[in-house]
Formats: sequence, structure tokens, C-alpha cells
Amino acid sequence: MNWDKKDLLGIKELSKEEILLVLDTAESFKDISKREIKKVPTLRGKTVITLFYEPSTRTRTSFEIAAKRLSADTINISSSTSSSVKGETLKDTARNLESMRPDAIVIRHSMPGAPHMLARILDSSVINGGDGAHEHPTQALLDLFTIREKKGRIDGLKVVIIGDIAHSRVARSNFFTLRHFDTEIVCSGPPTMIPPDIESLGVRTERDMNKAVKGADVIMMLRIQKERGGISFIPSVKEYATLYGLRKEHIEKAKKDVIIMHPGPMNRGIEIADEVADGPYSVILDQVENGLAVRMAILYLLIGREA
Amino acid sequence: MKILIKGGRLVDPGQGTDAKLDILLSGNIVEKIDKNIPEKGAGMKVIDAAGHIVAPGLIDVHAHLREPGYEYKETIRTGTMAAARGGFTSVVCMANTDPVNDNKSVTEYIVKMAKLEGSCRVLPCGAISKGLKGEELSDIGEMYEAGIVALSDDGKSVKNTGLLRKAFEYALLFSIPVISHCEDDTLSGGFVHEGAASVKSGLDAVPSIAEEVIVLRDIAVARYVNAPVHLTHISTQGSLEAIAAAKRQYKKATCDTCPHYFSLTDEATLGFDTNTKVNPPLRSQRDADAVKEALRDNTVDIIATDHAPHEFTSKDVEFNLATFGISGFETAFALSLALVHEGVLTLKELLGKFTINPAGLLNIPYGTLAPGSAADLIIFNPAIEWTVDAAQFLSKGRNTPFNGWKLKGKNLLTIADGKIVYRDPLLKKA
Repeated sequence: MNWDKKDLLGIKELSKEEILLVLDTAESFKDISKREIKKVPTLRGKTVITLFYEPSTRTRTSFEIAAKRLSADTINISSSTSSSVKGETLKDTARNLESMRPDAIVIRHSMPGAPHMLARILDSSVINGGDGAHEHPTQALLDLFTIREKKGRIDGLKVVIIGDIAHSRVARSNFFTLRHFDTEIVCSGPPTMIPPDIESLGVRTERDMNKAVKGADVIMMLRIQKERGGISFIPSVKEYATLYGLRKEHIEKAKKDVIIMHPGPMNRGIEIADEVADGPYSVILDQVENGLAVRMAILYLLIGREA
Repeated sequence: MKILIKGGRLVDPGQGTDAKLDILLSGNIVEKIDKNIPEKGAGMKVIDAAGHIVAPGLIDVHAHLREPGYEYKETIRTGTMAAARGGFTSVVCMANTDPVNDNKSVTEYIVKMAKLEGSCRVLPCGAISKGLKGEELSDIGEMYEAGIVALSDDGKSVKNTGLLRKAFEYALLFSIPVISHCEDDTLSGGFVHEGAASVKSGLDAVPSIAEEVIVLRDIAVARYVNAPVHLTHISTQGSLEAIAAAKRQYKKATCDTCPHYFSLTDEATLGFDTNTKVNPPLRSQRDADAVKEALRDNTVDIIATDHAPHEFTSKDVEFNLATFGISGFETAFALSLALVHEGVLTLKELLGKFTINPAGLLNIPYGTLAPGSAADLIIFNPAIEWTVDAAQFLSKGRNTPFNGWKLKGKNLLTIADGKIVYRDPLLKKA
């Protein structure tokens, strides 16, 4: 299996073989972060720019550390420091950055398709670090990596994703990875947060969270996307927490060895109770750790090998 | 000057004609239609239409010429050149210019510019409300005197139903139709159709009900005051079902659709190509199929272009930020001829939706070649294949999702008001 894509724009465009290649490559990188000297020369002389138009802690830091552990030089640009505040268009910003010959640009943007626009006009590899409610491919890959690591398999699992499905790029990208496997994918959330036609993605809807979690192998919780107007879809956050907040009683309905995932940032006491977030089933911090390996793998596959 | 068009097949739904006939134009009037009109007299120009089809000039009930105010998108000069190339000899231009066409001075300006620089007839549509704000009626009577043929706040619906009722009532005085843009903006606010494609793309979406609830409202209001209502750029199955049901009881309800609603679906938006961003949005396959069926069963009376030219930079941005609209004059008729090739419509039926039906809606004496009528005609060949090249558009707007498409059927000559305003090099010199 060879990787021949210039960019990582979404999971939608990836084949099952490409998804597994990323996971297998990530396995080989995971070990680096556990060494005393956490650095290999793989991307020496390469430049990676992270261009973030939306706030981020995990993803941006993860990409930066991943690139640095592979010896790439990294530059971070966030919307408050970019020229967007002076009225420069995304296209012009990107072309100016390209003039400085980076090898990869990681972009996060509030608008779906922004990375695709850049990929069309730039020679650099473009990595989608989250575009609006569209995709967050590295998140879905690290989620899949974590599921495979913890469960030893992907086929035959019941994966339940709960929360603001309509506005979640994490949910979409996860649907696109999981549909390649023999998994039962169930989504749950307030009817106003589940878009019509969601079934066309191979997902079953179960509005009642108590029913949705029955027999689940994996429960993935999502936060309310306040920045995408999520609050207006529910009567109150308090009511949401009552109906769709994950508590111990839900875990008891799931499989005994269920794992609890969350892409972060968590809103404790809303979609997830402390006892669950910090409990024995939680793999939330493993997700973050694996994110590093997966992003190293992506950087390596995109810009690490000579053509 | 006289122009004799010889040897073509004349298809004129207004007269029920479909036969090999010659046409003699005298000045800006059709003088005569007959078999084998002899060439005689000095200064008679003869055009050989053998092997081609001759039809009345097409009428577009919905276009944006952008002048005054947005001359960087289109002007009356470039817009009508593009229209003429597409086979149109009369176009209705919407009121969302800057300033808005809500008073007679703007109407007069458009009429004057069209006379000076227009390649075809320009029929202004006046705004229903001042500034398109939906608050008070515009100067309808004065605009009518200056030449408007219809009323519309196109670009949005009149939110205030009380004001809408007054517009329907007041328009009765001048026998001009109200053209309804159907969109409930508390339901819309997105950029693509809400459905299987938007679930994938994550783009903010517009449900079909945003159109349908206003279709139902506007028909109810028009019917209550017994006024004509024309529902424009209809795109959904639900709207068409509602219109079909209404038409069975109320004859003054009509509607149009646009070529992109039966030529493309929301699948086209998945690549984030901003040229696919249009309002109403490209709908599902089910909707596109319903549009075709409604064209066939005459629920849809008219095909309009909704020609909406934009400057390149307004489309060369993130999908959310891009302008809505498709530059449609130069592809609309060829895209529609596919309906004939596919057997959805006969050629005569298709031409009816571009000629006599729009003329009937607007109460204008065009759209037919009966002797004595205006010398507006086209010569086209439905079998000629060509490739759309937006870079070659006469319109300033190159925003088309059809760039590179191979189309079958080409307009070869347009005569508007007795003047040859477009001639394709493929039409051989007689």
C-alpha cells in the first residue's frame, strides 16, 4: 500500500487501505514519544505551518509537537496574529505563506471547504485540522487508532456517538472511518441536533440515550458546538445535561469493557460527569497521546518520503 | 430593410406552427410567412436557414443585469449581448440594483440605457417594496408608466404578509404580475440544500420547506384577492406538488424553474465549487426529477435563467463567503434542449416555455412570429454539439457550474426588433 495523496482533506476521500496505512504507520511512531530523546531526524529541513482561524489547544499543540519530534521546523499562526484581521483573504494569506516554501500547512477554519480551496491553489501539502462542521480527519484517525488499540479490533463493535451531531466535524469524520468496517454505528442526541438524511451515512439514530448506550463497546461524547449556534437548538444546557449527559448509570447499560471517548474540550457536568471522565473506562487521555503518533504518521506520509 | 429567412423549419408554439416555411421581416415587423417567398427587391438580406430551426426570440422572465450600481458584475450592454447569444430577445431584469428599481427614475434609466446600448429588449421589473425592505410599497404606478412589466422583491420574500396582499391588490390596477421569490429566511440562512450532500459536507443548509411554506402562503394570498401570482425559480418537489394542486382550482397561479434545477443536483456542491452556490440551492435528485416531471405535465409554465452574473473575486473565496448565483444566459437554452433530447418535452412544448408562456404572463405582444408581430427571432440547430467555455462568455459573469460541459443544441442567429444582434460563425453566409 502506497500513499499518493498530496493532502489530507478529509476521511471521505480515503480508502480503507489508506486509513489502515495511517494507523499502522502511527504504531511505529508511538514509541518515539516514550524515549528519553524524543526526536528523530525524519523531517529534518522541512517546514510545517499551522494556520488556525479557530481556537485550539489540543490539535495545534499536537501537530506542533508531532512535527518537532520529527525534526521539522514549525511556525504557528492563529487568527488573532494573522492578516485576516487587516482584511486579507484566506487565499492571499495562503499564497503569501506558500512563497516562503513550507512543506505542509495545517489549517483549521470555521468554514467547510476552506482547506480544499487551499489545496487547489497551493503546491504545499494541506492538512485539514478541522473545517467548520465538515471534517476533522486526524481526530477520526486517532479515535480509530485508540479503538483498535483498546479493543484489539474494529469489526463487530457497537460505537455510539452522542451529542450535537449536526454541528460536529468529529462525528462526520468518525462516521466516514467506521463505515469501512463491520461496525454498528449509532448516533444519539436531541432531534434538533441530528440532521435529516443522517442515515445516508450508514448511521442509525436512537434519540433516547438510555437505549442508544445498550450493549455499546465504544461511547463517544461530543460537546455542544456553541460557536456554531448549538445552544439555540435546545431549551437549556441544564436540560441537555439531564437528557444527554453521560453518567455512571449509562455505563452500566453498556458492555462491561466499554470505553469512553471524548475529542475535547470537555464540558464537565454537561455532556460528561466527572465520575465518568476520570473513571476507569475513560480513554480520553489515551486519545490525546495517540493523536501525537497519528499526526506524526500523517506528516511522514505526506512530506516525509522523497518522491 | 427586409430580411428573408429561407429554408428553415419554423416552430412557433404561439401559432401552433411546425413546418418548413420562409419568413420575411420588414423593418421590425414580421411581414409574411409562406412557402418559398421569392428573393426580390434591392436591399433584401437573405439568410439561409436550411437544416436549422427558426423560432420566435426567447423571453426570459428572470435575469439580473446589475446596472445601475454593480457594473463590475454586468452591464446592460454586456448582459444583453450575452442574452442575445443565448437566443433571448426580451429579458426581464430584477430590481435588486443599486439604487433599487423602486421608483421611476431608476426605471427610466434602465429603459434609456437599454435603448442606447442593449442588444435586445429589456423589460424592467419594479420592486414591490421601497428599497426591497418589505416595509412600504414602492412607486408602482409611476414605475408602470416608465415601463415596468412586473413586480418583485426578488432576492427575498416579502416577509410582511399584509404588505404582500397590498402589492397583489395594487398590481391589479396595471394588470402586471407579482413575481414571488419564495424563501422563508427564518428557515434558510444556509448555502446548500439540506439533504444527503449537506450531511456530508457540513455546510449550513437550506431545507426545502423554506421555499414551500412561502409558495403556499403566496398562492393563498393571491387567490384571496384574485390576483395573478408567478412563483419564480421553483426548485423542490413539495413546491411543485403545492402548485399543481393550486392550479387545478386557481388558474392565475404560474411558475418557472431554471435549467440548473433539472441539470444538476446537490451532489455537485460536494467539491465546494462556489459556482454551484445558488439560491435556491441545487436540490436532491428526487427534486430534479420532480422538476422535469412538472415541466412535462405543465405544472411549470416557463423556464427562466435567473442569470446572476458575479465578478470572479466574489466566487474565489470560501464557500460560505461566496456570492449566490449562476451566469445563465449563454447556457440556458442549450441545457433545456436536453429535455427534448431525453424525450421529456417536444420541441414545440419546450419553445412554448420560452416564448408564448412568458409573453402571456407579462401581457406583452412578443413570443410569436405571426405576421404583424415584432421581428424577434432565432435560428438554432438542436443537433450541434459544443463545449461550454466560460472564458468566452459575452457576459461579464463567468460564474457557471457548466464550464467544460458538452451541450447539444446551439443558437446560431438572433434577430431582436428587426436587427441581427448575434450571429454564430457556424451559420454559413448565404
